[in-house]
Amino acid sequence: MSLWRQLTRGLRVLTNRVAADCELAEELKDYFEQATASFEASGLTAEEARRAARLEIGNAMLVREQVRAYGWENLIETLLADLRYAARQLRNNPSFAATAMLILGLGIGATTAIFSAVSPILFQPLPYPHSDRVMMIFEQRDGGSRLPSFGTYEGLSERSHSFDAMAVMKPWQPAMVGIGEPELFEGQRVSAAYFRALGVFPALGRDFQAADDLVNGPNVVILSNRLWHRRFAADSQIVGRHITLENSSSQLAPSNSFTVIGVMPRDFENVLAPSAELWAPLQYDPSLPPDSREWGHHLRMVTRLQPGVTKEQAKSELDALLPPFGKAHAKGFESAGGIPTGVIVTSLHDHITGDVKPALLAILGAVILVLLIASVNVTNLLLARGAQRRGEFAVRAALGAGQKRLLRQLVTESLLLAMLGGTFGIAVAMLGVRALVALSPPGLPRVDAIRVDGAMLIFALGITTCIGLLVALTPALHASRNDPHEGLQQSSRRSSREHQLVRRSLVVSEVALALVLLVSAGLLLRSLERLFSVDPGFDASHIVTMQVQESGNRYAHDDARARFFEQTLEKVRHLPGITSAAFVSQLPLSGDYEVYGIEFEAYPHDDEAAFRYAVSPDYFKTMRIPLRRGRLLDEEDRSGAPVAVLISESLAKRKFHDRDPIGQRVRMGPNMGHADKPWATIVGVVGDVKQLSLAVNDAEAFYTTPGQWEWVDNTQSVVVRAKGNAASLASWVRDAIWSVDKDLPVVRIATMHSLLAQTEAQRRFALIIFEAFALVALVLAATGIYGVLSGSVTERMREIGVRAALGASRESIVRLVVRQGMTLTTCGVAIGLLGAAAASQAIVAMLFGVSPLDPMTYGGVIVLLGGVSLLACAIPAWRASQVDPAITLRAE
Amino acid sequence: MDETNTDVIQGTLDMLILKTLSLEPMHGFGIARRVEQISRGVFKVNPGSLLTALQRLERAGWLDSEWRQTENSRHAKFYALTRAGKKQLELETADWNRRASAIARLLKAEV
Repeated sequence: MSLWRQLTRGLRVLTNRVAADCELAEELKDYFEQATASFEASGLTAEEARRAARLEIGNAMLVREQVRAYGWENLIETLLADLRYAARQLRNNPSFAATAMLILGLGIGATTAIFSAVSPILFQPLPYPHSDRVMMIFEQRDGGSRLPSFGTYEGLSERSHSFDAMAVMKPWQPAMVGIGEPELFEGQRVSAAYFRALGVFPALGRDFQAADDLVNGPNVVILSNRLWHRRFAADSQIVGRHITLENSSSQLAPSNSFTVIGVMPRDFENVLAPSAELWAPLQYDPSLPPDSREWGHHLRMVTRLQPGVTKEQAKSELDALLPPFGKAHAKGFESAGGIPTGVIVTSLHDHITGDVKPALLAILGAVILVLLIASVNVTNLLLARGAQRRGEFAVRAALGAGQKRLLRQLVTESLLLAMLGGTFGIAVAMLGVRALVALSPPGLPRVDAIRVDGAMLIFALGITTCIGLLVALTPALHASRNDPHEGLQQSSRRSSREHQLVRRSLVVSEVALALVLLVSAGLLLRSLERLFSVDPGFDASHIVTMQVQESGNRYAHDDARARFFEQTLEKVRHLPGITSAAFVSQLPLSGDYEVYGIEFEAYPHDDEAAFRYAVSPDYFKTMRIPLRRGRLLDEEDRSGAPVAVLISESLAKRKFHDRDPIGQRVRMGPNMGHADKPWATIVGVVGDVKQLSLAVNDAEAFYTTPGQWEWVDNTQSVVVRAKGNAASLASWVRDAIWSVDKDLPVVRIATMHSLLAQTEAQRRFALIIFEAFALVALVLAATGIYGVLSGSVTERMREIGVRAALGASRESIVRLVVRQGMTLTTCGVAIGLLGAAAASQAIVAMLFGVSPLDPMTYGGVIVLLGGVSLLACAIPAWRASQVDPAITLRAE
Repeated sequence: MDETNTDVIQGTLDMLILKTLSLEPMHGFGIARRVEQISRGVFKVNPGSLLTALQRLERAGWLDSEWRQTENSRHAKFYALTRAGKKQLELETADWNRRASAIARLLKAEV
């Protein structure tokens, strides 16, 4: 009941303060009249009675105030008044409000966005139960690591006792054909325990069982939730249905009909192959026939440790098991370079994030710098404002405002500012996260898991708010501690020296931080420039490429397949606007990676491994790969003719030194080491080509025509050189391929230029972010310098006026101000140089062809920073030079 | 310094108001005079504290108020004790008696 009264009465007062005041005034007046009447009744005159009554009541206004102050509604009223006042303060000072909001918003938003993007990759555990027990296993030999074979997996899983589950996997690209444009799916062939190793199970239907994973076992498939929704309208009866898939990876698929046995849960994140949408059993032969795909080292192995078993224990167990097993199956390890000496055990998390970690950590470092600069800047702004408002607070304190009341006012103002900045920051963070996902390099793990990180948002908001509160409270404490008289006197003349000192050191640190960011961005920029000036070994202009996948048993024989590719090439070649066209088994800089062994007759027992290309003869002309010696491949090098081989310049140089390689004989790939197989002859040497990335120097390669290789590759890329714009030809080329066979998936349509750019996407991603941050830092630092100088000019107006009156020239006054600004810059640069030298060591992994102490970069950045600070000095300096001594002195 | 202290003992103003109103409904000035008279001038009530206390007691649900005519046909705000107020008065009286007698005993023991 009383609570109810508290609430209703309070609300009544809140909604109608005037009525409540009137009632109180009425009651008091009444009191006064009754008191007067009673004094009169006791014999005083009317005048004396009124005086006595007034004496008894005291100051009527104070009484009213005392009564009014009671009740919770007063707190709200004060808060509203404070808010109104704070809003008015900000409105009256739009440039301050806008700057503070912008800095806060950008600082908070950028930090949150970046942190949100990197946190699922760097800091969060993988989305699997006990994900710390999920390990990747590789074979180890001579300190290097290599992929295991099915044989290795069989051998280890039969003998080891450290694991709950072990599984191997390989990529799989089945096509769904017949309906509309053929669609190619990304998928995986996995051994039965794959999902058990990850610890995630189908939401619908069942998991794979050992019985599914047998040679010629049943054709079963598990779908991703996304595919289930997209292609099958989330049909709850999907389990048991048959779907038709053409299976490009298994040469012997007896049937194209697959039974759906399960659907994965919606939140299943398959970090090992993020784009995979369906899974089928691997179905390799556990009897391990020699010289078979079972001994190809092309599988990835993922395992789940038993509870309580450490990574090191598992490693030492496998280290003991693998070498003896390898000796027993020595033939299986021949093609891979010999029996492994042990294993490498890596957590899945490290395996996934290892590649991108340096870039992400560098970016995280950059964003922390930006947050620091933003905080410093806000501090500076608030300090400047506090100094300006000392007078105001002195006046308010002198008029009787209590310290608590002043503090509350300031806290309200800071919180309002923080709230506005925070709101802006949230918007920036949301946009930023979207932009980052859009900009992110291909292959960035866990992109799907990136979303605005609430905890980080609160953290950034909290930090900036705390700084704001702390800084904002200083002037109030000053005002209440100091004698108001002194504050009133000082208010119009000068702010205290200590504030200036703090603000100056803040600006120095801002300049230093900006320099660190600028140098990092500069080094990355120079690295990227260096990289793109690296010669890829071919001419990327005017080339469009796409990949054709001949799926499954469509063309049962190599002859039929070869005929298909020949026909297709013929069609493409006759398109208008095309100079030349060719097929290649692996496209440079596309992510393809195919290495085979090569044995030289002249150097027995000294085999090499190199990139293997099967190319139609026009490939070199189309890509403009130069011929160094001998001849190129031609139409005569067809199936049945003596095998002709081209080798790359660097392979020729390393193997033959100054001798002529032409006419030397080799055996390649599966023919290696088989004395009964014929030798192939080296007919020419061609220029080196970058296959993996511009930064990697690994250009040893050999080339044959498709007809003279052991088999005809079922996946080939067509490269087309156009007379004009290559990209515009893409759809013509695709239609030409489909005119030969309309059911073949055509994928990876791209210009060679875009492939080239993509290989450096990670560096470019880092560069874009560093450039953006460096720009923000530069602007903030310039604002800082400007703010300090402009404040100092305002405060020294009188001194400058006196100087001018005493005959100082305009130039000397300008010099005075500029010198003050440039001193700050110089200090900042000196400190920043040390910081940059340290920071550049952190990004050394991302640099290419540039020393972390590259003098050009450092010099350029110093000049840039110097120029910008000069600009920042210019306005205050000009204002100082315009000071009219007469006016300033009169104002005194 | 020579003036006798006429302040109401801290914390007892509420009790004094409730007690006064337990006799009959009254307006603010009436309460002040009644306290003064009955205490024979020992306590004087400050109008600011009185009006604040009246608001507080009303919000607590111990008093009701209404505007009506006084005997000399003036318009005044009258306060009346509610049932909850009566109970509160009993509680506070009992509490006060307990404490007062304890203090009295202590002071006696001193002598």
